[in-house]
Amino acid sequence: MQARQRDSLLVASLKDSLGGAVITFALACVMVGLKVDVASGRGAELFLEHRWLAVATAVIVVFAGRFLLNMFFWKREDAPSIGISGFLPKGGLGTGSANMLKYGMLVLAVVLPFALMFWLGSRGSRQYIDLAILVLTYVMLGWGLNIVVGLAGLLDLGYVAFYAVGAYSYALLAHYFGFSFWICLPLAGILAAFWGIILGFPVLRLRGDYLAIVTLAFGEIIRVVLLNWYEFTGGPDGLSGIPRPSFFGLEFTRGEGGFADFFGLKYNSIHRIIFLYYLIFIMAMVTNFVTMRLRRMPIGRAWEALREDEIACRALGINTTNTKLTAFALGAMFGGFAGSFFATRQGFISPESFTFLESAIILAIVVLGGLGSQMGVVIAAVVMIGGFEFFREFEEYRMLVFGLIMVVIMVWKPRGLVSSRTPSVALSKNAKGISADLVQEGHG
Amino acid sequence: MSTWDNNPVLKVEHLTMRFGGLTAVGDLSFNVGRGDITALIGPNGAGKTTVFNCITGFYKPTEGRLVMNRSNGEKHLLERKPDFKITAEAKVARTFQNIRLFGGMTILENLMVAQHNPLMVASNWTIGGLLGLGGYKKSNVDAIETAKYWLERIDLIDRADAPAADLSYGDQRRLEIARAMCTGPELLCLDEPAAGLNPKESLELNTLLQYIRKEHDTSVLLIEHDMSVVMEISDHVVVLDYGVKISDGTPEFVKNDPHVIAAYLGVEDDEVDQVEEEVGIV
Repeated sequence: MQARQRDSLLVASLKDSLGGAVITFALACVMVGLKVDVASGRGAELFLEHRWLAVATAVIVVFAGRFLLNMFFWKREDAPSIGISGFLPKGGLGTGSANMLKYGMLVLAVVLPFALMFWLGSRGSRQYIDLAILVLTYVMLGWGLNIVVGLAGLLDLGYVAFYAVGAYSYALLAHYFGFSFWICLPLAGILAAFWGIILGFPVLRLRGDYLAIVTLAFGEIIRVVLLNWYEFTGGPDGLSGIPRPSFFGLEFTRGEGGFADFFGLKYNSIHRIIFLYYLIFIMAMVTNFVTMRLRRMPIGRAWEALREDEIACRALGINTTNTKLTAFALGAMFGGFAGSFFATRQGFISPESFTFLESAIILAIVVLGGLGSQMGVVIAAVVMIGGFEFFREFEEYRMLVFGLIMVVIMVWKPRGLVSSRTPSVALSKNAKGISADLVQEGHG
Repeated sequence: MSTWDNNPVLKVEHLTMRFGGLTAVGDLSFNVGRGDITALIGPNGAGKTTVFNCITGFYKPTEGRLVMNRSNGEKHLLERKPDFKITAEAKVARTFQNIRLFGGMTILENLMVAQHNPLMVASNWTIGGLLGLGGYKKSNVDAIETAKYWLERIDLIDRADAPAADLSYGDQRRLEIARAMCTGPELLCLDEPAAGLNPKESLELNTLLQYIRKEHDTSVLLIEHDMSVVMEISDHVVVLDYGVKISDGTPEFVKNDPHVIAAYLGVEDDEVDQVEEEVGIV
């Protein structure tokens, strides 16, 4: 009996590994085996390179790997059907550990620039602080989009439009009127919110896929207008010389009257980078604070109710048009804030920074993180943006790994990394989170 | 002159609803008495839900007038209002035939969403509440108290923090009624509240509706197929068939009306001829 089972396990494992090997062979033949290259020295002639050894290696690795996993780890007769979920951690975080993680990350974010300076010196830490600023920008964008997609359930594929409106508002106001960053920041937010409402009025009667398409088109329209209105926006040349932010009127410049001089420090260009880091950190935390607070207010509950069932909302006397518009406008406003930060950080903007891919990345952060989850957005932004920049050495394989990670996350946790919903109000102290299976995704 | 004609909370006058060539409701007039439980019955496809959708603004009637007389003397013409204003201003609340709860939100949250409009005012349209100004905190506590009151009425207070989708069918039905009551309605429209309930739950529903009618300034209009519910609790029954009113009166009157028997209630086989003769079908 024992022997027979062992036997069938062996046969099953062999079969499964063979299947895997065949699939690997089929894929690797094209993707690894053939390589088109430009011949150097013989003009710009294309030639085909064969790498059958690499294909063989891939097939052998997959065969051996699957065989061993089947024999010693999965040990089930239905081995092939176990799939990825079998060996990835199950379930979400408990409330206690989730809180620990939250405060741990907060403390880490606060001390990060100084910790990096301490270990790597101001020269070595610069690129990492820059990366952290980028990650935080996406965290803020993710939190802004989370209001629209995660809470109100409106699929917005053109979120980058508001990011662009914010960035160009600041750049143009500074360019034509010479306004400073601190005057432009609220103006950029207001203008983006205004455009959110302009877009919202005609399209919010659409639902689901139709809404997504129209928002996508809107994002493209903004970009194309910026690209073609040469006299006003500089078109493809972009706008340069965007003023840098000041620290309560102190510029980050060398010499007298600058930030370093005022505080009696030695001038170092890293000061401005650290300042930018804390600026975006505070902006992101304000976004988070406002969102979390709104969730516990009637408007936030109405957003979530709208995501759950729009018709029931109307039957309860909720003005769904206004409710959707507020979600759209608020999301757009935070996008606009982030946009004006982006402009001031870069000092140069052009329509190239606001392509559909940006919208897709922001949406991917929200979806991978878990719709409606603030913590999930942070984790997803760190993984996606941070990871993406971190593995720059892998060059073209980076995209492959990136895609693979996304697939793995979506298979393992279809509703995102943090997929339980916290009730906005509770009678008992230890109310549990609501499983994502019960929460609707919204339909427009 | 029946009691419901003296001081009706809702007057339906010559209501007609056409969908292309199909007349779902044709020239329907009836009154819903203040403080009454009024039942709208009829065979499937008779146009009952269409009447409901017209009253609650989900459809715009082709012809006719719907006058809501609020207890404070305000008159509202429902056919002119968008659906959300009918609940917010005219104080007409409804439930749905296929339950529409916010499944991913807790039971308490469901009842809080229903109190959206007063809470929005209390929070100065979010701005005051966001800054922590004004009486928002107190209103929030009051809203939770209202929710708790209704949760006690429907025996779900222990499960207040559970997601609404986790409730059993009967509990979901009662929660939907409680949620509608949290909007503070003067007319509560229930679309088949007893559908799918077992006899015990059906009995609890009767008690709940009678409680609502007695303790709150709320009249009830309900669509129902379950005759035990209709006959037991309603004060006034309106019968529809093919979009036309065929009978209107007390349950006792309607039960014995040959038109109703022929169209809807039915009789024993050996009495068919007699009824057909009375109605005039030969």
